[in-house]
Amino acid sequence: MEEPRVDDAPDDPGEENERHGAPVGRRVVLGMLGLGAAGVALGSHVQDRIDAVLAEVSAKDPTGVTGLLPGGGGFRYYSVTSSVPKRNAENYRLTVGGLVDRPMTYRLADLQAMPQQRLVHDVQCVTGWRVPKTAFSGVRLSALLAASGVRPEATAIRFDCFDGAYTESLTLQQARRSDVMVALTMQDKPVTHAHGGPVRLYAAPMYFYKSAKWLSGITLTKSVEPGYWEKLGYDVDAWVGKSNGRSDDPTS
Amino acid sequence: MTPLPDAPAAPTAPRQPARRLRRFSRAERWVHRGTAWLMGICVFTAACLYLPPLSELVGRRRLVVTVHEWSGLMLPAPLIAGMFFRALRADLSRLNRFGRHDWHWLRTVLRKRSKEGVPAGKFNAGQKLYSAFIAGAVLVMIGTGLLMWFTHLAPVLWRTGATFVHDWLALLLAAGITGHVWMASKDPEARLGMRTGSVASWWARREHSLWKPDDKD
Repeated sequence: MEEPRVDDAPDDPGEENERHGAPVGRRVVLGMLGLGAAGVALGSHVQDRIDAVLAEVSAKDPTGVTGLLPGGGGFRYYSVTSSVPKRNAENYRLTVGGLVDRPMTYRLADLQAMPQQRLVHDVQCVTGWRVPKTAFSGVRLSALLAASGVRPEATAIRFDCFDGAYTESLTLQQARRSDVMVALTMQDKPVTHAHGGPVRLYAAPMYFYKSAKWLSGITLTKSVEPGYWEKLGYDVDAWVGKSNGRSDDPTS
Repeated sequence: MTPLPDAPAAPTAPRQPARRLRRFSRAERWVHRGTAWLMGICVFTAACLYLPPLSELVGRRRLVVTVHEWSGLMLPAPLIAGMFFRALRADLSRLNRFGRHDWHWLRTVLRKRSKEGVPAGKFNAGQKLYSAFIAGAVLVMIGTGLLMWFTHLAPVLWRTGATFVHDWLALLLAAGITGHVWMASKDPEARLGMRTGSVASWWARREHSLWKPDDKD
């Protein structure tokens, strides 16, 4: 590289000179490609460190600006539709139907009157972000299934959402786990609209796309009907750390 | 120096218009326009995917993702098409090369915090570094973006690394583009140059005193 000179009077370069000199532009581009490759190779470790630091900083950050930095913690809002209608205690309904003996419709108050359980686990999104120790409470899905009486030919469940587009699925065996529930609160407050309220699914051991927001329908089916993202290539059995080609720590 | 095509024939003509110098060819201006639009779409869709208030407003995640992926992939296309034009190739080699005056420009501007009166060629050192940064950044963003798009291409450790690079470089890019737009907003004549292709000679003398325009390219 050409040594930068210390004097303050540069030579008149002339037009020919403008096309000569050190190819700094090319070096910058190549340097960035090298840094980019190094970042891909080592970024996973670096981001872990940054996450740890940001978690501490954001706990004491009243402005919430750190939440906008990559790995700044917190949930990210994903919706597959342009807008989602709002439902409240008056007009919210959850139906349980399909291959059951007694189809049921629940209001929010009905669900609140049933036995509640509270779980605290990490939330892991398949796109990488993870929110530590998040509390959910609500009604065990198995309780709702028992109340409607599952017919023997049913092997799976389809979940519908009042955003009008999202669907999810679970096998009957997965749905009966004690850490799968219909959640009414999140972080000990009623589930907000942005987080899928008033009622969302919570499947603790699976990637968070399984925990469908704005839950409106539970339908027992003969076989698994892949959900919205699953038709687009996501794994149907979405165990955290054992699916979607990822190796995250299990959440439940 | 050969006279410019639009130089007045008679220097004594009354109230001659300010002399204009040709700075950018039509092809170069279209390359800039195309790149700016694609970059704008990329940045806007990225914001919709990344900032919760915007995500809630816009939703339609799959559509936004698709638009982001394709506008990003298309980003180098205008420049590649522009490589067929000599004027653009000539300016690329000007942007690439750093002369002594560029190092002098960098040192002085970093010290004085002002570029007033500091000699520069057709492009000053800041513009040269910015263009190289954008070129490198776009390539890195495309590479890391493809790793996240086609998840079977690489092991999960690399994908996390690609996400890391993509996220943080996006912040740097946003800062760089903001600076680029901010400087353009302060210099109407520079914007006129990019919009119409020519600049006033007083502006060229002030901002790019070492630039020797010719109409050969």
